[in-house]
Amino acid sequence: MKARLRFRLNGKVVETEVETHWRLLDLLRDGLGLTGTKEGCGAGECGACTVLCDGEAVNACLMLALEAEDREIRTVEGLVGPGGRLSAVQRAFVEEGGAQCGFCSPGMVMSAQALLLEDPDPSEERIREALTGNLCRCTGYKQIVAAIRRAASLRRSEAGEGERGEAGGEG
Amino acid sequence: MTGTRFVGTKFPRPEAPDKVSGRALYIHDVVRPGMLHGAIKHSAHAHARILRIDTSRAEALPGVEAVITGFDTPELRVGFLRENRALKRDKVRNQRDEIAAVAARDPETARRALELIEVEYEVLPAVFDPVEAMREGAPRIHEVDGRGRPTRDNRVPMECRHHSGDLEAAKERSAFRVAGDYEVPWIQQSCMGTAGCIAEFDANGDLTVWAKTQIPFLAQRDFNRALEEMGLEGRNTRVIVTTLGGGFGTGLDTHCYEYIAILLAHRTGRPVKVLMDREEEFRYLSPRQSARVHIEQGCDEEGRLTYREVRVLQDNGAYASWGATFPTVMLLPVTSLYKVPVVHFDAEIVYTNNTYAQAMRGYGNPEVTMAIESNLDELALAAGIDRLEIRRINCNEPGEVTPMGARVGSCGLRACIEACAEKLDWRAKPGRNGRLRGVGMASMLHVGGSGRIYRSDASGIILKLDDFGNVNVFYGGVEMGQGLHSTIRLAIADSLGVLPEKVRVNPTDTATCPWDVGTHASRGAFMACNAALEAVRKLRARLFAYCVDLFPREVERALRKQRAGGPPPRPEGGAAPDRSSPPSAEADLSFAQGRAPGDFELEKGLVFVKDGPDAPWAKIPLDRILRAIHFREGGDMLTETAFYDPPSELPDWREGRGNMSAAYTYGAQAVELEVDPETGEVEILRFVSAMDIGKVLNPQALDGQVLGGLAQGLGYALYEEVKTEEGAILNPNFTDYKLPTAHEMAFPVDLVYVETDEPTGPFGAKGAGEPGLVPTAPAIANALRDALGVSLRTLPMTPERILRALDPSAS
Ligand code: FES
Ligand code: FES
Repeated sequence: MKARLRFRLNGKVVETEVETHWRLLDLLRDGLGLTGTKEGCGAGECGACTVLCDGEAVNACLMLALEAEDREIRTVEGLVGPGGRLSAVQRAFVEEGGAQCGFCSPGMVMSAQALLLEDPDPSEERIREALTGNLCRCTGYKQIVAAIRRAASLRRSEAGEGERGEAGGEG
Repeated sequence: MTGTRFVGTKFPRPEAPDKVSGRALYIHDVVRPGMLHGAIKHSAHAHARILRIDTSRAEALPGVEAVITGFDTPELRVGFLRENRALKRDKVRNQRDEIAAVAARDPETARRALELIEVEYEVLPAVFDPVEAMREGAPRIHEVDGRGRPTRDNRVPMECRHHSGDLEAAKERSAFRVAGDYEVPWIQQSCMGTAGCIAEFDANGDLTVWAKTQIPFLAQRDFNRALEEMGLEGRNTRVIVTTLGGGFGTGLDTHCYEYIAILLAHRTGRPVKVLMDREEEFRYLSPRQSARVHIEQGCDEEGRLTYREVRVLQDNGAYASWGATFPTVMLLPVTSLYKVPVVHFDAEIVYTNNTYAQAMRGYGNPEVTMAIESNLDELALAAGIDRLEIRRINCNEPGEVTPMGARVGSCGLRACIEACAEKLDWRAKPGRNGRLRGVGMASMLHVGGSGRIYRSDASGIILKLDDFGNVNVFYGGVEMGQGLHSTIRLAIADSLGVLPEKVRVNPTDTATCPWDVGTHASRGAFMACNAALEAVRKLRARLFAYCVDLFPREVERALRKQRAGGPPPRPEGGAAPDRSSPPSAEADLSFAQGRAPGDFELEKGLVFVKDGPDAPWAKIPLDRILRAIHFREGGDMLTETAFYDPPSELPDWREGRGNMSAAYTYGAQAVELEVDPETGEVEILRFVSAMDIGKVLNPQALDGQVLGGLAQGLGYALYEEVKTEEGAILNPNFTDYKLPTAHEMAFPVDLVYVETDEPTGPFGAKGAGEPGLVPTAPAIANALRDALGVSLRTLPMTPERILRALDPSAS
């Protein structure tokens, strides 16, 4: 069975038909071709599918697509600015080696983004807390935590330069 | 060779931007036109005869394109002993056995169709314990072996042992002897990206497989054999490696699901993707091999080791995958970790009706190092010798030849042990201190110069220079997140003399890359860089030979241009052009004439004469030279290839002898921890890892390997275990199977690298991919003994096991 859905995705209005049983993850990946959001478990255990819903980190595998009605969804693709400029969080992950196989990275990046929207200067403890729903088998998390600390300072210095926050700054 | 500049510096991975922005394509993301989705029906029993399979209702489901079973498809043999089949026909031997498969328009339809397949079984008695499976009259898992010969019992026909010296005499000579029995579980590699593939035939009958593999070329061989079994003689498989969502050993074998995708693609004439979800991966993908290890070690009055006796029993499960060969890797630490004159090693591998196991990082080494290192602490206690001291006394040394014949080149084990002791402030806190706190240490030894397990242990590489000064690299090994491509970049940039961003490592594809045995045994960087160095030597020789003629003309041109007001050559990497020394009208060009190839140099993408003038017009960008070589009559383009086979020996496994690696990596880890006496919870306070990796090639990737390994070692030590009952997996999800999270990894870690400059290694480096997790569990076990006064000999060392060890009467 299909139903109509209208929501904002990465800053643009999307109007589409979706299967009523589709998860937000299915709509993003199979319906809209945004395969940056990953499925690592399909059960809310790994965080690979993390996206922002009205600025908060949610598991796209646990949310029905229709629940996105009238909401603002941002995916990892939506953090990339004009001309392919990576966001501060994404750049910091690259620079600090926060992505190894990279399968957890989109979810990690989105969890970090949600955290920094809420707390621009989080303590290490706060960072680890924000990551407990995101599993990574490759890194041992240390370089990811370092990346998020770096992202926080990058964002602060960019904000200090009076620049508008990068895409996704408002979630 | 140019002076090292980028090797040893922090450099981001070239593939990281695509990964963090969601552009990298994993097998989950790859779609082919007209692609169908496959799903596999697995056995409902651990041991049963298949009487009848009725697929008619599944076939009738709209959207289903094909349903196949072992009865209507060619028999495809799987596994190195060839006793497994892609689809089972006679009987099922464990709960993951594949008995039918569906291709449908979408994954849901395919899975729904599976439920409509009816199977009638005759249930057989099953056996789930390797000791019971060896008893006379035990249910026979395989009545015949892979070649159709009747079997005598349930033992896997794999021999690996080592006996050197007189064991009984050594025991008698020993002042102290300690024995112990250790048990390590199956654990899941738990790649965040689950396993899957796409198979597609073209109209010639040739096959392409997009695979999540670490062995593209061995997979090509396996799949080509399958094509033959399907009656497609002479057809070829092309294996394309997608971005891997983790490897950790899961990609070292070919799997039934891949052969089933091939059968479905052949039946339907369309591309077919088979992708496991998390629960399927837990249930149906081979975990790490489990083991029971009996060990006995002795020492003399001074603490010198007198002998080591190790007997391993492995529950092989229903079929042989690489888990069955773990003893071949155990051989190295058993015979060669510390100086030990008498070694007896025996291994028994037994079929049961359980799941069967494959490789995982460390491959037998962590299993047996747990026993060796934990037992060594007990021996030190029995002998009244400090635990650090017994490791110093027996430490390996450079130049040593070990009982198995491993020829130790560089060896920094002593420095690693000392570094651990110093960083952990070992002396300041020996023993228990009332708060159930303890410190522990363990050492390790692993192959560091690849590990020869096939007749060829080689890696080929192709370097292709283009008109733009790019170095296009074709390498058959697999980047799976470890940082192989960024390491190759740094090595080529330095050795060739270009900037790293000009080095472009292409995706691994058997159609374009030269042969490589596979990315295992911590060999990626060691092999790729050694092969690259050889190809670079050839490239530079050819380039400079052309420079003898071409360089003078190019300099003249550059000078002319600059006099005419053109810009001087721009150094690569976008640095500002150097305008400091404008060419004088009468600049003397004779320096460029009549030069020998050896007079030229290439650095940062600029070609120049070594003792020529230090002026911008006297340094010609590599791309200019390459175009000059290319665009002329009888032109040429520079492509070089190298095939590197390391200096090592294929061991005789029955004797357990042979120098299996070109180099050996050493290391030690130490930990301080505290146990909550109420709950049995372990809190890690700090960790030290010290590793002799020869030379740090790529610090960011190396840190990542060690820290990631340590996290896996922590999971192995404290949390992870695939639980089974009558062959069924009880915890197929991340709620019941606990991986370390950022929270468990919150403790500080000191990373120490000991650089011993290995002569066989590229830039002096040794392999470092696996060692991170090898000594972690015994270091923790030793710290727990220090804290609690009791030995934990079964992994994982869960709170329940700790509480039980503290108070055996409690439960
Ligand atoms: S896929 Fe959503 S939490 Fe794992
Ligand atoms: S980078 Fe591989 S799972 Fe995190």
